[in-house]
Amino acid sequence: MTQFLQQIINGLSLGSIYALIALGYTMVYGILKLINFAHGEVFMVGAYTGLHAASALGIDAYEASGRSFPLYLALLVLVVAMAAAATLGMLIEFLAYRPVRTAPRLTPLITAIGVSLFLQNAGMLVFSPNPQRYPAILREVRFELFGVIVTNIKLTIFGVALALMLSLHLLVQKTWTGRAMRALSFNIDAAKLMGIDTNRVIRSTFAIGSALAAAGGILFGLDQITITPLMGVLTGLKAFVAAVLGGIGSIPGAVVGGLLIGLAEQLTAGYLSPAYRDAITFVILIGILLLKPEGLLGVVRVEKV
Amino acid sequence: MRIPRRTLISGLGSAAMALAVGCKKKPAGGTSSSDSSATATEIVIGHYASMTGSTAHFGQDTDRGVRLAMDEANAKGGVLGKKLRVVTLDTRGDSAEAASAVNRLIDVEKVTALLGEVASSLSLAGGRVAQRRKIPMISPTSTNPKVTEVGDYIFRVCFIDPFQGKVMATFARQNLKLDQVAILKDVKNDYSIGLADAFRKSFTALGGTIVVEQSYSQGDTDFSAQVTAIRGSAAKAIFVPGYYSEVGSIARTAARLGLKIPLLGGDGWDSPDLFKIGGDAIDGSYFSDHFAPDLATEQAKQFVAKFTAKYGVPPSGLGALGYEAAEVLVDAIRRAGKDEPTAIRDAIAQTKDFEGVTGKITMDAQRNPQKSAVVLKVEGGKAKFETSIAP
Repeated sequence: MTQFLQQIINGLSLGSIYALIALGYTMVYGILKLINFAHGEVFMVGAYTGLHAASALGIDAYEASGRSFPLYLALLVLVVAMAAAATLGMLIEFLAYRPVRTAPRLTPLITAIGVSLFLQNAGMLVFSPNPQRYPAILREVRFELFGVIVTNIKLTIFGVALALMLSLHLLVQKTWTGRAMRALSFNIDAAKLMGIDTNRVIRSTFAIGSALAAAGGILFGLDQITITPLMGVLTGLKAFVAAVLGGIGSIPGAVVGGLLIGLAEQLTAGYLSPAYRDAITFVILIGILLLKPEGLLGVVRVEKV
Repeated sequence: MRIPRRTLISGLGSAAMALAVGCKKKPAGGTSSSDSSATATEIVIGHYASMTGSTAHFGQDTDRGVRLAMDEANAKGGVLGKKLRVVTLDTRGDSAEAASAVNRLIDVEKVTALLGEVASSLSLAGGRVAQRRKIPMISPTSTNPKVTEVGDYIFRVCFIDPFQGKVMATFARQNLKLDQVAILKDVKNDYSIGLADAFRKSFTALGGTIVVEQSYSQGDTDFSAQVTAIRGSAAKAIFVPGYYSEVGSIARTAARLGLKIPLLGGDGWDSPDLFKIGGDAIDGSYFSDHFAPDLATEQAKQFVAKFTAKYGVPPSGLGALGYEAAEVLVDAIRRAGKDEPTAIRDAIAQTKDFEGVTGKITMDAQRNPQKSAVVLKVEGGKAKFETSIAP
């Protein structure tokens, strides 16, 4: 039983990271009907920016002396990484997707794959392809509850993910930008006719999605200990499946999908075989596409002709 | 391990030599086919190694050893009146890449003999090409028995996994007095599977039990499911026959989940990155290796001194075996009397009582040497000699 609870805790923390990344996929898809395959790489760049920001802020000295890294510096690392990823997201949108926005839908999709491959290899060139240990931005504290180990890192992952998701929800539902995003997602041409600066809204969508991915990247580094420039490939794909599972275009769907994928993966690895941990995600993808293609929380939309 | 980052063709030579103090020799360079083929004045040796990727330390340290040995041979006037030139190609730790690197070394660089790889899966891929093209190959550190079974052109200068597995099983059962052990192996890796099999067989034969067996795949970063499963068992140690990047993460995950039992492993742990990634979580663990820098013969001490003077860091077991493999090859070329692949193959096969830095080497009929192993204990970010176990 404790083992089962432990796997659930591990699964939920992994799942919240997937959820953060899935939000970026789902927001962009909701508006542009584009699967931004470069999103996994934005997540990677976010993680690396965090790593380098932390070492620029002198984390090595803290780690060597055994003192814990001050919280305000840890938050600064998070903010720097989110800002860098947001800039990268906007840059990708401007350079790679805007010129082909009116082209047939396959064109931006292939462009996205190109950007993704470019960033993977640029990452290997710039950050070195060797796995790097993620600095302990948070000092680990362990609690034991009925034999189940919970660390402050896992709690932080839940906490940060939850806080970011709630703020995103408020942003989308309560602010002008959010309303504009929803308008674009409903009908981009009509929104333009109503005087909405579509470029600006799309830009902010990319910025927000990318910033969330960067937060996911830092949490991933804290949780998984090592990072590599190819970390975004599989994690990005799984987050994409999470977005599809929840219903692509749906923000609560991305959260539910992310948590479910994290749980499914962890339970498969724990009780079936770790060899199937990646496979299960894609079995779920096939299953959902066959049974409920609009996803768990997605809505069926009548295709306009 | 900060030195080479890019995919290197043979530029590493220049980089490594730039570090060397007082080394005046011309760096081995040149990547185009026209000026890199064997000439009347030089013998080209191909080295394929993982210079980047999750096993980058293996390739880099081995390459340093290889180049040190070749430079020494050249400083003494070369072999058969010719200079030796090493061309290193990066495999990035990928078996498809290893096969294409070997093809390229043979076709483009026109090498006379090959050195490499460290990882058994990669040596198998590269070895099949070398065997087909009848170019002799010496693997410095591939311990899976299948590697030399590829054919009569493939050799190695290290012990093999059935022995290494037996060493750790004996050590766990008799020195540590453990009766229940878990295994966590890498199912994508021939080395890890072979070593796990050998350990299981020896450990149960000695009266121990394997209480749980878990697996992961190379490149995984999340090990919490496996560690949680092991935590739920009665295991008193975990045998993790993997490579250092993953082992470091596994040690941290175990510490994070409150699992305080030692990890046991093989020579795949041998890298300073193990301590960088694993930190104090890896303290108190043991692994078997080819070479213990702190316990050495006179010859080994000299080697450690030369290596450290040249590169600024002491060698790991990989560097020592890279050096040794290169020395065995140079010795064989000298005895063969000509730089012709088949003659060199025959000479390597006849290697007898060669005094290497990690022990005496005599090739047996299966092209494997018989050597003893050391067990190292991890303490405070260093691997220290614990005991030595003979075949």
